[in-house]
Amino acid sequence: MATTDVVPRGSAGSMGHKRIVNDMSIQVATVNGSGSQSSNTVLLRSIFQMGVPVSGKNMFPSNIAGLPTWYTIRANKNGYIGRKKEIDFLVAMNPETAQEDVLSLAPGASVLYDEPLQLHKLRNDLVFYSVPYDKLVAQVCPEAKLRKLVKNMVYVGVVANLLTIEMAEVDKAIRKQFAKKIKAANLNLAAAQAGFEYAKSNLEKRGAFYIERMDKTAGKIIIDGNSAAALGCMFAGCTVVTWYPITPSSSLVETMIEYMKEYRIGPDGKATFAIVQAEDELAAIGMVIGAGWAGARSMTATAGPGISLMSEFAGLAYYVEVPGVVWDIQRVGPSTGLPTRTSQGDILSTAFLSHGDTKHILLIPCSVEECFTMATEAFNLAEQFQTLVFVMSDLDLGMNNWMSDPFAYPTTPIKRGKVLSKEDLDRLGSFERYKDIDGDGIGYRTIPGTSHPAAGYFARGSGHNERALYSERADDFENNMERLNRKFETARSFVPRPELTQGHNAKIGIVGYGTSHWGITESRDQLREEYAIETDYLRLRAYPFTREVHEFIEQHDRVYVVEQNRDAQMLSLLKLDLTSELTGRLRTIAHITGLPLDARSITDELTSMEGK
Amino acid sequence: MSTTTVEPGTSAPGPKTNRIGLTVIDYKGGKTTLCAGCGHNAISERIIEAMFEMGVEPEFVIKPSGIGCSSKTPAYFLSRSHSFNAVHGRMPSVATGALLANRKLVCIGVSGDGDTASIGVGQFVHLMRRNLPIIYIIEDNGVYGLTKGQFSATADLGSKLKTGISNDLPPIDTCALAIQLGATFVGRSFSGDKRQLSAMLKAAIAHKGTVMLDVVSPCVTFNDHEGSTKSYKYVKEHEEILQEVSFIPFFEDIDVQYDPGSTVAVTMHDGSRLQLRKLEEDYNPTDKIRALTRLTEAHDKGEVLTGVFYVNPQAPNFIELLNVVDQPLATLPESMTRPPKEVLDACMEELR
Repeated sequence: MATTDVVPRGSAGSMGHKRIVNDMSIQVATVNGSGSQSSNTVLLRSIFQMGVPVSGKNMFPSNIAGLPTWYTIRANKNGYIGRKKEIDFLVAMNPETAQEDVLSLAPGASVLYDEPLQLHKLRNDLVFYSVPYDKLVAQVCPEAKLRKLVKNMVYVGVVANLLTIEMAEVDKAIRKQFAKKIKAANLNLAAAQAGFEYAKSNLEKRGAFYIERMDKTAGKIIIDGNSAAALGCMFAGCTVVTWYPITPSSSLVETMIEYMKEYRIGPDGKATFAIVQAEDELAAIGMVIGAGWAGARSMTATAGPGISLMSEFAGLAYYVEVPGVVWDIQRVGPSTGLPTRTSQGDILSTAFLSHGDTKHILLIPCSVEECFTMATEAFNLAEQFQTLVFVMSDLDLGMNNWMSDPFAYPTTPIKRGKVLSKEDLDRLGSFERYKDIDGDGIGYRTIPGTSHPAAGYFARGSGHNERALYSERADDFENNMERLNRKFETARSFVPRPELTQGHNAKIGIVGYGTSHWGITESRDQLREEYAIETDYLRLRAYPFTREVHEFIEQHDRVYVVEQNRDAQMLSLLKLDLTSELTGRLRTIAHITGLPLDARSITDELTSMEGK
Repeated sequence: MSTTTVEPGTSAPGPKTNRIGLTVIDYKGGKTTLCAGCGHNAISERIIEAMFEMGVEPEFVIKPSGIGCSSKTPAYFLSRSHSFNAVHGRMPSVATGALLANRKLVCIGVSGDGDTASIGVGQFVHLMRRNLPIIYIIEDNGVYGLTKGQFSATADLGSKLKTGISNDLPPIDTCALAIQLGATFVGRSFSGDKRQLSAMLKAAIAHKGTVMLDVVSPCVTFNDHEGSTKSYKYVKEHEEILQEVSFIPFFEDIDVQYDPGSTVAVTMHDGSRLQLRKLEEDYNPTDKIRALTRLTEAHDKGEVLTGVFYVNPQAPNFIELLNVVDQPLATLPESMTRPPKEVLDACMEELR
């Protein structure tokens, strides 16, 4: 299986004449469990340290060890960090996929391969470099059993030489990677050095690709979305985390455990949080709801299959009106689907998760920075609206490394919403849990342990009236459901507003969200530069939609809704909100390969629909 | 919190108050909507008495439940407490979350045999192994009431439905399961045995770990007929009482003499004492294997065995194992839940 899209083979390019600087995509094909992740991170960081904007995407199998895995590093002077469709430089370490990987390259690409693979015989329109890895690694690593792990660091040195990456930066990146393991650091340094020296003495550079120092990464950080979310939740004042391991969300909670142990233990050695691994997703969400009801800022993290399991409880939280935050790190469904590939396929089912008339607030981050900031927003909205808030991340954002400006310390205070204290009850005498006193659809709640005889109420998933008493009366039911609807309408004014980026007198609009953003941003430049098509772009950041969304569609003749699922899920949600006149303006650009959406695919599809 | 009871010499005695100055009325609930004669109503009464007598602050009690007749009952006791009637079979997770949020709460969860042993058996077993500080009561009638009389998984082999259909699958013994999985106070009682159930409930309140009480509670509408093994008649005829259970709370300064040869005395976490006068000479409620053997024998003999099968007041509970702060997590101030800016700066520096 190749992860690149097959490109028609052309004649041999004019290789060796072009000089392409700081604009390439490097793909490393290895076997999972071979320690290649460290090598890839070192390569990524070395380029980053040279000031070149960079991103790394891991395309890995759902397997412990022994299956093919690909890591793609994109370096781009313009700051495009979405996936690039074409691979420019292939590091072929995996005999199993080497042939197909090579056959799917575009002419002019470079291939670095393990000498015994003899890949140069496959094509004559590529630049081939061969390296005797086993020979090199044996010289630097006397311990035979470590050779497999160190072998991958050799290609880092070779690539550094061939792409003119400075060895001093490789050195620094290796030191950072193996921070406290001096012996491992030295061994890996020697391996990288051996690769560099071998290339210097034996390989003649013929490819077009170069990395040159620039200054576009100064002050920036590299982090994955799940770690950013974990940090965000820690600073959002989260106190209870209950979860069940599932790819690609597990690292969110695992990273959070590390951060919380480091920074949320009091001076007496006791934790200001509880993190519990539940027996399944049903229990995980049940605990979130129990904790939210009892006043904690509680959360879980999961993926599609977990979301499906949480369905019944989601309806309970909606109807009983209990706060909680659910991170959905979307992967490819239906069913088990592709657990290690990315998707935006849970939008529609999550928006209406559970039976009956149920709807939920969704927040949709597109960047690691938003994973951080939306954590506080999610917890605050959950408590303000006394409901679950789903943060719709995805595997591409959650598990891949992204470059970002450092995160700003949250200025929004921790908002607990309408919670009545003992003192409030002393003053009021009593309260009615589900009465809409303020006209915003949001009632006042108490939490268990409030020392007032009138504090208690009966939370129930069965029909209830304003006083939280059991009721099967038609008017009670209708009034309550209409109030819940009013609450959802109120949420429109409080959820994160969309981000609008305008072109020049554009008649065409693009609506996108989440990680599709990176492909869209690059595609808009391609459309302008290659086709003279101007576009305005609205990036959705939440459901329910705010009024800006309606205005945007009103202002454009045609609006392309770009997303990573088959059934145009966001477009369907938009249709429910729009007049029939406006829905006619919507077009879909939907992708379901499981690979992060690339700019070229958007550009090709949009121009084709525009008749270009 | 006051620990004095009403002074004996005062004039014009009002209703009896407990050690925190509340009357039994303060522990009442709404009017029951269950069938007249339902065993569940008797259990609600015992809960009211036990909470009153133990002087528990109702505002600190939570009453989670699942779905079914049993799970409706939290509406019929302790109206001043918070209730959460959740989804079918999933009360344990809701209770767990609530106790994570606030470790000061006293949690009495009410479930039924269907809610626990069928749809909820997954959450039930994991609750038991965590030894969460909760009183988990199964109001066990062997039948689904709200859906009109289907067998549940605690129905005995050979037990008959009203329609004459016989149950040909073995029952799940929730007590045996609980003991094996790690619950630290496990017993069975009968809704009709006022004394035993009251003593067990009070001891349950004093226990700081998972209490699992399976209370056989006949369904007068769907399972009280000839051929049922959960009818009033059958239970009265087949009940084997393991011990005479009595309970002396820590705040009652009574020194009751007992014969160590015939009585097992268990000192609870708060200093209260559970006394079990042996009716079966060699029974030791701290011996898990003996307990499981005896429960198996009871099934073979067709006995309804009641009493405290297993108790261990020393085992650390789940909240203690988590090493959380003493205050409820739910109400921690922002200063304790949002680290200062320097922490974020340090995290950012590491990521450069």
